[in-house]
Parts: sequence; structure tokens; C-alpha cells
Amino acid sequence: MLDLGTHASFIIAAYGVTFIAVGALVLATIEDDRKQRRKLAELERLGIRRRSAKAPASPTVKTLAKPKATRAPAKRKAAGPRGGKARS
Amino acid sequence: MISLANPTRFLNLVDRVVPWLSALVVIVLGIGLYLSLFVAPPDYQQGETVKIMFVHVPSAWLGMFGYILIAIAALGTLIWRHPLADVAAKTAAPIGATFTFIALVTGSLWGKPMWGTYWVWDARLTSMLILLLLYLGLIALWQAIDEPGRAGRAAAILGLVGAINIPIIKFSVDWWNTLHQPESIFRAGGPTIDPSLLTPLFVMAIGFTALFVLLHLIAMRAEILRRRVHALQQTQVERAALAEA
Amino acid sequence: MSAGLALLARDVRLAWREGGAVGVALGFYLIVVVITPLGLGPDLNLLARIAPGILWVGLLLAALLSAGRIFDNDYEDGTLDVLATGPLPLSVVAGLKCLAHWLTTGIPLVLLAPVLGLLLNLPMGTFPSLMLAMLAGTPAVSFVAGIGASLTLGLRRSGLLLALLVVPLYVPILIFGVSAVTPYVSGPNSTWPPFFILCALSLASVVLAPLAAAAALRTALR
Repeated sequence: MLDLGTHASFIIAAYGVTFIAVGALVLATIEDDRKQRRKLAELERLGIRRRSAKAPASPTVKTLAKPKATRAPAKRKAAGPRGGKARS
Repeated sequence: MISLANPTRFLNLVDRVVPWLSALVVIVLGIGLYLSLFVAPPDYQQGETVKIMFVHVPSAWLGMFGYILIAIAALGTLIWRHPLADVAAKTAAPIGATFTFIALVTGSLWGKPMWGTYWVWDARLTSMLILLLLYLGLIALWQAIDEPGRAGRAAAILGLVGAINIPIIKFSVDWWNTLHQPESIFRAGGPTIDPSLLTPLFVMAIGFTALFVLLHLIAMRAEILRRRVHALQQTQVERAALAEA
Repeated sequence: MSAGLALLARDVRLAWREGGAVGVALGFYLIVVVITPLGLGPDLNLLARIAPGILWVGLLLAALLSAGRIFDNDYEDGTLDVLATGPLPLSVVAGLKCLAHWLTTGIPLVLLAPVLGLLLNLPMGTFPSLMLAMLAGTPAVSFVAGIGASLTLGLRRSGLLLALLVVPLYVPILIFGVSAVTPYVSGPNSTWPPFFILCALSLASVVLAPLAAAAALRTALR
């Protein structure tokens, strides 16, 4: 039926390596994809959404939080290097 | 290309394509494996070991195809600033590297019964090895740079530099090989490949290519989602910091 | 024009004053050439046959070791930002820095090579072709190293990463560099075709590498 000749072990090894490597690649890719989707679902559950996503049940909380969120960290970040240089 | 620049639209496309493409891959590879293992006749010179060609050659083709893809994506990043170009380049590298690795190992296993040693420094295998190094360099650069914007642009530059050098490297390796090994080097299937061997080869090549595209699309989706997760996690941290303050 | 020369003069002077980096590269070259026979055995015929290869590989490794220097120092103290906004185009700046590397590291390595060739029993008749080949190839070595240095600017483990990135690009220089030396040793083929290819590689690197390096520097400085 399946006669692989005198060098059968090499043929099997070659196909085996291919199968394992492709299989590992497929598994890694799918697993990474699933992981990201899980994380995204988790964040969505906690109410943290992208701005373009549909608004959650309490829009006031969101609009209050966001302007502050974009300004304050920017100030902190800008202060960092300037503060550092002034010191040295 | 331009209509796919919107990540959300791209994700929708991926979601729609993945199911039937997966089925296609399974079917084509199934047929290919059947043809390779049960239908293909033994080669008059190499006997049954010619069957290794059916995994070695498509893998080698895809290793090269992956790098071409990265080079085109690099142009997309640097010249047209296509938003998904660096995602395409980043995700293509591990896939291309894996196929190059498979090509090297299967080539080596093909070589042992043929030439008696697991490794010969012939032009093709050596070029494949250098291609693997180019891939590893790209992957290492992606890992080393934290800021994704800089990483994308740096990797694009490296990808282009590598792509431009590949013909030069190939030429120099061919030269080097004829210099040191004047005897004729084995070529896949001999001077001409028997038609009965071509069909399994092409079926496997199509199946592998479809597999590459499938994995690439899934990986791109995962990368886009990863960046969204990262952005949202930053929002989460900012809100937590605000809540404390 | 004078801005460019001033930059070049500054870089050369800094390299010489620093002294250490050039010395390290030369010392490393010596080490590589010394341990190779220790690993392979003292058979002089064998060493003579492989000497061009060892001399080229050692030179490439030594050049890689010193390549980080091309942009790192100026990046760390902010000079690179000033240069980027200065009168010279960034690609010219990058090119001049690679040129400085060639003048201060590449050429010393080339001058050391024949001396190390004596250790490897390289026939003295090949010394002229060795030096000629290296002089033709080392500009490419420095300029391609500049691409690697600009891509890995400021990164952790940049030395190792730089080597990984640049070695595949060095393969043609290595192959043709050795071919431009060996024929005297191993056969009657002319050294001129590989020598001219080496010249072409260097010319192409001098023109194209600064463009790539400048693009990479811009991504790092943004």
C-alpha cells in the first residue's frame, strides 16, 4: 500500500517535522487570536470601550472621565523630561 | 487595498473569509497529501525520497513569498503610509520564518539519503539559511523596539534593505558555490521534473499558500486586536489613576 | 561643504582621542586571528589556504564590534537631534559618520591585516591583493554597519541585534572579498572580477546606505 522504500525513515521524518512545525504555527496563531479576543471581551465587560464603539449605559460617567483622562496624563508626561533636564 | 485600510472593515473581512478558507486549506492539503504519499511514483534516480520534495519545495517557495510580502508591506508603510502595512509585515515574519525553517530541515533530510550528509553548503540551502537569518533579524527588531510606530518604520526599512540585498546575496552565494564545488549540484527532481510529480507538487503548493494566507489573516486580526487591547488597557490605567487622585 | 568637513573632522578627532574603541577593534581582530589556529591546529598549509577567509571574517566581526559607536554617542548626548535639524541633510550626516568610521576603524583594520596574515602563513605575494581587496570592501563594511547602527539606536542589547541584522548583508562582501584575495593561493583565476564587484558594492553602499540610515535615524529621533 504505502511503500516508502529504503529511506522511509527520512521521508517520515521530513513529513513529521513539517506537520509538527505547521501544527505549532497554527496552534500559536489561533491561541494568540483567542487570547486577544478574550482580553477585549474582558475589558468590554469592565465598561472600557473604544470611543467609536457603542456608548455604554451611563454616558455621563464616560464624558466626565475622558477629557480629564486625555489631559492630565499628557501634562504629567510633558513635565517629566523637562523636569529631568532642569535638575541635571 | 485602500478600502481595506480601515481596520474594522478589515476585521469584518477576515471574519467572513476564515471559515471557508480553513475548509479550503484542509481539503486541498488533504488531496495534496494523498497524491504525494500514495499516488506519486518513485523517481528513477532517487526512489521514494523524491516525496520529500512535496513538502520541501512548497515550504521554500513560501519562505520566499513571505519575504516578498514583507518587502511590499514595507513600501506600504514607508511610501503610502497604509495603516495596516506594518501589521501585515509584523505578522508575516514568523510565518515565513517557520516555512523557511521547514524548508531547511526537510532539505537536510532529503540530502542525507541523496548526498550522504545532513548538510551541504550548496547554493540553495545556503541561501535559505541566510533568508532565515534575515527573518530572525526582522523578528528580533520588532521585539527590541517598544514603541510600535518606531518598530513598524524601522522594520520596514530593514525589510526593504534586506529585499534589495537578497538578489545580491543570492548571486554571491551562487558564485561562491561554483567556486568551491565545481561538480554539478543536485537540482530538485533532476534536470526535468516528471509530469507525474508535478501535480502533487502544485497541489501541495496551492494548499500551503492557502494555509499561509489563512494564518496571516488570523495573525493580522490578532495583532489589530492586541493593539486595541493595549490602548484600552492604557485607558484603564489612566482611569484608575484618576480615581485615586 | 565646510559644515560637512567640520563634522567629518570632528568625528575623526573624537574617535582618535577616544582611542579605546579603535584599539578594541584592533585587539579583537588580533584575538580572532590568534585563537583560530589554536582551534584548528598549526598546520601551516591549512592555515595558508584559509587565511584570507579568517582575515576577512575577523575584520567583519571587529567592524561589527565598533559599529555601535557610529551614532550612539551623539544620540545619547543629544548632538544627533541638533545635527538632524542642522544645515546638512540627515543622509549626508549619516554618510559622513560612516565615512569617519571607515577612516578611523576600517583603515586601521586593513593595515593590521597583512601583519596578522603573517601569523596565518599567508604568502607575502598576496599581501597587495589582500590590502587592495580590503580597501575596496571596507567602505561597504562601514556603511552597511551604519544601517545597522541607525536601526538599533538606543536599544537594549543593540550590539548583538546589530550583528544579527548586518551579518546577512555582509555575506556578499565576505564572499567577493575572499575571492579577490584567494586566487593566488588556490588557483589561476583572476582576482579582478571579484575585486570590481567589491568596488561596486562599496560604491552602492556609499550612495544608498546613508538614505536608509537617515530614514532609520528619523524613526528613532521622532
